[in-house]
Parts: sequence; structure tokens; C-alpha cells
Amino acid sequence: MSFKRVSKLGCIRSFSAFIGAFLLALLIVGVTVPSVSVAAGVSDTLEERISPMGRVHIEGDDSFEPAVKTEASEAEEVVPYQMKKPSRSDYPDIGVSSRAVVWILAQLHLFFGALVLAIPLFVLVIELVGFRTGDERYDSMAHEFMKISLTGFSITAIIGGALAFALFTLYPDLMAYLTHVFGAQMLVYASLFFFESFFLYTYYYGWNAMRYGNLKWLHLTLGLLLNAAGMTIMVMANSWATFMMAPSGVNEVGQVVGNIWEVMKGPLWNPINLHRFIANIAFGGAVVGAYAAFKFLSTRDPEKRAHYDWMGYTSNFIAILSFLPLPFAGYWLMAEIYAYSQQMGITAMGGILAWLFIVQAVLIGTILLAANYYLWAGMSRTEGSERYKPLIKMIAFVLVVCFLIWVTPHTLILSASEIAALGGSHHHLLGPLGIMPAKNIAVNLMLIVTFLSFQLYRRSDKVATVSWAPFGNALMVAIYVVAMVNVIFAGVYYGYFTNTVYKVGSSVMQVSSTLVVIVVGITLDAFLFKGAKTLPSYWGKVPDRAQYALFALPVAFTWLMGLMGYVRSSVKTHWHVYTVMKDNSPDNFIPTIGYAGNMITLVTVLFLILVLFMFWIANLSATKQPKPAVSADGGAA
Amino acid sequence: MNVLSKSLGFSLGMILIFTLVANLLPQVEGEAPVEKKVDLGALTMDSYIALGETLFSGKGTCALCHNALGRAPDLLVMNVAGVSEEHLADERYKGKATSVEEYLHESMVDPGAYVVASFGKKGSNDTESPMPAVNKAPIELTEIEINAIIAFLQAKDGNDVTVELPTEAPPVVAVPAVGSAPASAATAEEALKKYGCQACHSMLGSESSVGPALNGIGSSQSAEQITLSITDPAAAIVEGFSPGVMPADFAEKMTVKELKMIVDLLLEQKE
Repeated sequence: MSFKRVSKLGCIRSFSAFIGAFLLALLIVGVTVPSVSVAAGVSDTLEERISPMGRVHIEGDDSFEPAVKTEASEAEEVVPYQMKKPSRSDYPDIGVSSRAVVWILAQLHLFFGALVLAIPLFVLVIELVGFRTGDERYDSMAHEFMKISLTGFSITAIIGGALAFALFTLYPDLMAYLTHVFGAQMLVYASLFFFESFFLYTYYYGWNAMRYGNLKWLHLTLGLLLNAAGMTIMVMANSWATFMMAPSGVNEVGQVVGNIWEVMKGPLWNPINLHRFIANIAFGGAVVGAYAAFKFLSTRDPEKRAHYDWMGYTSNFIAILSFLPLPFAGYWLMAEIYAYSQQMGITAMGGILAWLFIVQAVLIGTILLAANYYLWAGMSRTEGSERYKPLIKMIAFVLVVCFLIWVTPHTLILSASEIAALGGSHHHLLGPLGIMPAKNIAVNLMLIVTFLSFQLYRRSDKVATVSWAPFGNALMVAIYVVAMVNVIFAGVYYGYFTNTVYKVGSSVMQVSSTLVVIVVGITLDAFLFKGAKTLPSYWGKVPDRAQYALFALPVAFTWLMGLMGYVRSSVKTHWHVYTVMKDNSPDNFIPTIGYAGNMITLVTVLFLILVLFMFWIANLSATKQPKPAVSADGGAA
Repeated sequence: MNVLSKSLGFSLGMILIFTLVANLLPQVEGEAPVEKKVDLGALTMDSYIALGETLFSGKGTCALCHNALGRAPDLLVMNVAGVSEEHLADERYKGKATSVEEYLHESMVDPGAYVVASFGKKGSNDTESPMPAVNKAPIELTEIEINAIIAFLQAKDGNDVTVELPTEAPPVVAVPAVGSAPASAATAEEALKKYGCQACHSMLGSESSVGPALNGIGSSQSAEQITLSITDPAAAIVEGFSPGVMPADFAEKMTVKELKMIVDLLLEQKE
């Protein structure tokens, strides 16, 4: 009975995902084809839409006269595509802000898109680990992660279809231009959904049918192909966003002068690809961690608590390990934005959007504090953690001080009396602590001590047995000390005592120091703890309050993604396609941070509701209704 | 249910804190630049300089980099005219300007002509400027606006303002399309051919009865009436002819120069 119910649910999910993908593909195909016709320079009069190859006479239309083909009209036929410059009246008025509608749909689509692209990535790795180690717990956990995310694919497709509809309806000229520029690439994008759906369902439903031996390799290959399809979808969609920010392959009047590859590989494409790839994994890990935390808190069964504790720990491990290099990917992206257009870079970092980074600091601070707290609380699982407890206080102190420096603003909007009371436009502390060098020191130190928490946690259930263990430990301590000194020195010396060029260059030194700590730490521990003595670990023996850190992570991640979406889109200022197509809609201004915050909250709450629905569906498949007892007269009791 | 309400309450509480932080910060809206019509007749040098100052921090976005933060030379604290003369005398200068006014103009439309030491693009050894040409997208200052900023930069330090007040609107110049965008017609005959006017109208020796003959139109119509008939064909329909036959998009397709040439040529067609 249970099997039948699962199959039915699965069928419904498969069907809805296929319908979603089909509708999306149909919409894109439907809109692309006429748009390309318009793009070819053909007039959109009724006659010519009916018969694009020649004119037709509409019955009852007496004004029709045969067109006279002159030399001039022949010349017009080869006139290249002219991008329409939309005026205010070209944007449909639907009574509410079109931008708000697209904002909600696009952000929801991105949340779910990120989730369903990320989960199969780490599921594949976990499955491979399980296969190589022979530990079936990994295999079961990977399967459960897939089960949780399955409904997410359908939700992503449905919201994606709605988004495409909203975009083509509310921004027809922009979408006509984009379909002209990207042309068949959009059709390839749509067709990839069919491949992704095929690999998704064969991968998920074939899990137990291909669990051992050579069939497992086949199953892993399906997982790889699922990820390949998903990643291709992501980078193709990214190229639309980066084209709008930094167009390539077109000239200054918007005419396509390069091939599709030149259009796609703009200066920001790869930085965005990398940034989204890493961020998606961190986000996906955080969301499934919340699922594990919820299941942990919902049960008193020690065995289940142990399972979900381990699941939550693994999710947190995935989220934080992916999160640590994320600022560096973000740094590369911002460096490329500055290289493409200094004006755009300053608009983001030093102009009207600069205040946004205070909110970002609050969010990242929350993520780091929550992740550290979870690790410290999790140390109670092992007996060997006692030796590291004094260090926790030091880590907490560094985190709090750095967090306060990070949220220190530089410029305040002050009244004349406030300026007089302050003795100038800048407080004597805000001046030095509010600028980027101080913040760079703070964020790098926060990342280093978070990695220290992570490393201590990983070490807490082990005792190294290799002969060079004391040397290895001393080396690790030395690397931490040198890296932290280097981060502080580079920030203070180059940040405050040299000019701007060196100031920017110093952050490379700081980032390198942090990366060295992470890479050496992981590599050194791999050798140091080879064949180590393992101390007892008690999964499930973790305080309930630690689970709330696992709720804090996805909430902060989701809000942060929404915030970064706001800045990414806003740096284009009043342009749909930067420097090529102006945004003349009523919403062609950068909204205030407060308005953006309210919008992000709205989308985050909607996402939360849909994720709860997704979890509920995942649990529904495992729920079995007890068979009604049969009474003596044959009816149900 | 208890777990659900606790976890939801915790999550919503966090979301509200983030929202509160965002709403506590200064609320600034980034408005798109609004094109302002300058009344050239009422323009004085003082108001022209004031316009330059507004453009410097507004549409021109100059203040984004030219400020005290060190991204670009802080023009507001230096004597711009004096420094410009020094740059003109520098052996690294490779532009064509010979005066401060020309130098300032050149530095705005061709910023790479002279890059101030240590302000070049990263890795370019001060041979490339990170500054965009202000007469192109995304800034798109007009010639009048560029000169207004020059006037402001000269006046703010008490130097002589050498730019002249604009007396007429700059000619409309079609943006040259890199590639194969259609060029503006050079003569009236070329424009007539380009837009296929003679395919429907009898004129200059051509014969067609689709539209009204234009052979003697210069005797009966004024320049304004002819212009209106081209840009808005439905405004007046000659008896015996149907509305909707003549394309209504010439106003968008024709350049100002082409339209003027055609109107002038038609005015010459007298009976």
C-alpha cells in the first residue's frame, strides 16, 4: 500500500514538473519566434504578421493597394535589426508596480532554482562517499536529501513559467530585444529542462534499483548528468543577467556584432557563475539543515534524533565549508565590475547602495555567529572536546569585536546640531573604523576564526597518533598566527598609510592569508589524523537550542540572497541593458533600502511557506494510514 | 505543533530584525536622470555655471569619483585651471588641446588623452583611464551640458570663464551605428528614394496614383502642413484617398535633417 502511495505522489510530482517545464518551453518558443520575426526588421502590421513572406489582402479592407517594389524598399529589407527604445507608454500599466511583480517571481524562482541545483551536487558527492566507504548511512541520507528537494523542481518550473509570462507581458520591448540577441540559445535552454527532468526522475526513482555493484556506477552517472544539465541551465540563465549588466557581442546601438558565444561570455559571466555555484551549495546545505533540525526537535526517539543530528551536522558542514570561500568569489565579481565600469562599482560600494552593506554585515555576522555556535554546542557530543573549550571564548571575543567593526558606518546623515556636537561630519571612531580597510581586517579575521571553530570541532573526537603530531600542531598554530598578523598588518599599513592603489591591492594579501589557513588546515589534518585514535561520539546528544542555529542559517542566507539580488540589479541604475537600452518604465529608479528590505521580507516569507510545503510533501510520502479495523458485520469499525 | 510554532516564530523574528535594520538606515532613492529643457533665451552665465554644478554631482556623476576618497583627482579642492595648464605642459600629454577649456573638454570626451599619475586603470601604468567618455552611454551629456561643467570648473576657483553661452540647440546627430546601421541620406532625392515616397506619389517625373500627386504642393501647402502630413499622415486626408495607407512611422525613422530636406524640396514644387 505504501509503495502504491509513493508511486502516485511521484507520478503527480513528475507530471507537474513536466507540465511546468513544458509550459515554460512553450512560452519561450512562442514568444521567441514572433520576436525573431520582428527582429528581422519585418513590420508588424496585421497583413504581414499573417503572411510574413508577402502581403495579403484582407477581405473587406478596400484600402489595400498592391505594394510597389522599388529599389528603396528592397534596400529596407536588408536593414539590420533596430532595437526599439521603449518610451513610458510602451510599458503596460497593470495597476501595481510591474517591477514588484517581476521582483517577487524572479527572486522566488532564484531561491528554488538555487536549491534544486545545489542539492543534487552534494547528494552526488555524499552518494559517492557512501559507495567508496561502504557506509550505507551516507547512501540513505543522500536519498533522503533528494526526496526533500523533489517537489522543489516542480515549484521552480511553475514559478519560472510565471516569471517568463510576467517578463514578456510587462517588459515586451526588453524581452523582444533579449530574444533577438540570444535567439536559439533560449530554445536550447528550454529544451534542457526535458533532459534535467529525465535524469532527475531516473536518478531518484532508480536509487534502490541501482544501489550496488556496477549498477551503482550507472546510477552515479545519472546523477552526474543531472548535475551537468542543471549547471548548463544555470550558466545559460546567468548569461542573460550578466548581459544586462555588462553587454558584450553588441555595439553601442544594440546591434549584435558577435556570435552567441561572444554575447554570453561577457566580463561578469564567469564571476557570477562561480559566485552562484558556491552560494547555491551553501544555501542548499543550510535549507536541508533546517529540515534535519525540525525533524530532530519533532522526535523523542533516540535513534531518529541521532540520525537527524548527524544529518544536521552534515548539512551545516556543507553550508559553512561552501560559505567560507564565498566572499572571495564575491571579491572577484566586484573587481570585475570595477574593471568593467568604475562608475558601476562605485555605485554599488561607495554610492547610493553603500548602506546596503551594513545590512549585509548584519546578515553575514548572523551566519557566522550561528555556524560557530552550532559547532561549539555540537562539541558536547564528544568527550575529547574539553581540551578545546578555552579557545571558544577567544573565538567568540574575536567574532563579536570584528562584527562590531564591520557594522560601523562611515558616513552618517546628520543635522547641523549633530555635526556641531560631533565636532565634524565623521565621528573620530567612525572615520578609521568605517572604511573598507578596517572591514577587510574584520571579515578576514571572522573567516579565519570560523575555520578554527570548524577545525577544532573536527579534531574533537580524534587523537593524532602519527609521530610528527607535535610538529604538525605547532605548524598549524604558526600558520594561524602569521595569517592573522598579516591580515592586520596589510589592512593597517596599506589601508591607512598609502594611497588608494595599494589599499585595493592589500586585500589580495589578506584574502590569500585566509585561503592559506583554510587549504593548509584541511590538508594538514588529512595527514595528521590518518589512522588517528577515535574518541566516543554520541549523535543525538546535543542541546535543542543548537538546532535553532540551523534555522538561523537558511533564514539569513535567504534574506542575504534577496539583498544581493537587489544590489546586482540596481547597479544598472536606469538601464535595462547597461549603456544599450534605457529603462523608461515608471520603476526606473533605485528603490530605498527600506523598500527593498520589505520586498525581500515578503519574498523570504513566501519562500518559507513553500519550503514548509515541500517538507510536508516529503513527509507525506512516508506516512502510512493504518488499515481500518473491520467489524463483525463486515463494515468499518 | 509546538516545534512548528517555535521554529516559525524564531525564523519570522529573525526576518523582522533584518527588515528593521534595513528600515532604520538612511532611506535614499536613486532617481533616473531627468532631461531638462534649458531655456537658452533666459540663460545667463551665472545660471549656466549653476547648471554645471548641478550636472557635476547629478547627471554627470562626476562627484562619484572626483571626491575626497581618492578614486580620482578631487576637482572640488584643486585649482582646476591651474592644474590643467600643468597637465598640458607635461611631456606625457598626448592630446590635441591647446587651452584649458579645450583640455577640460578633451578630458571629458576622451579621458585617455592624459591620465593623471596613479589614477590610471589597474595594470595600465597610467596609460588608460578608468573614466568613461561623458558624451556616451551611460552618462550621455550633451555638448551644452559638457560646456556648463567646464564653466563651473573654471568659475569655482575664480578663474575666467572662457566658454560661451549656448545660443542655439546643437544639431541632432544620428548615433553612428558601428556595423551596418542605415546612414542618413545626403540629399533630398536620396531621402525620397530611401523612404519610397515616389512609389505612391507622383512627383519629380514619377507617376503613381496610390497617393495624392505632389507636383505642385509647394503652391498650396506650408512647410508646417507638409511636415505634419509626413509625421502624422492621418491628421489630414486628401479627398478620394483612404486613411491608413501611408506609413505612420516616418517621424521615428527619419532624421531631422532628412525630414527638413524633403519638406524643403516639396516646397519648391510649385505649379
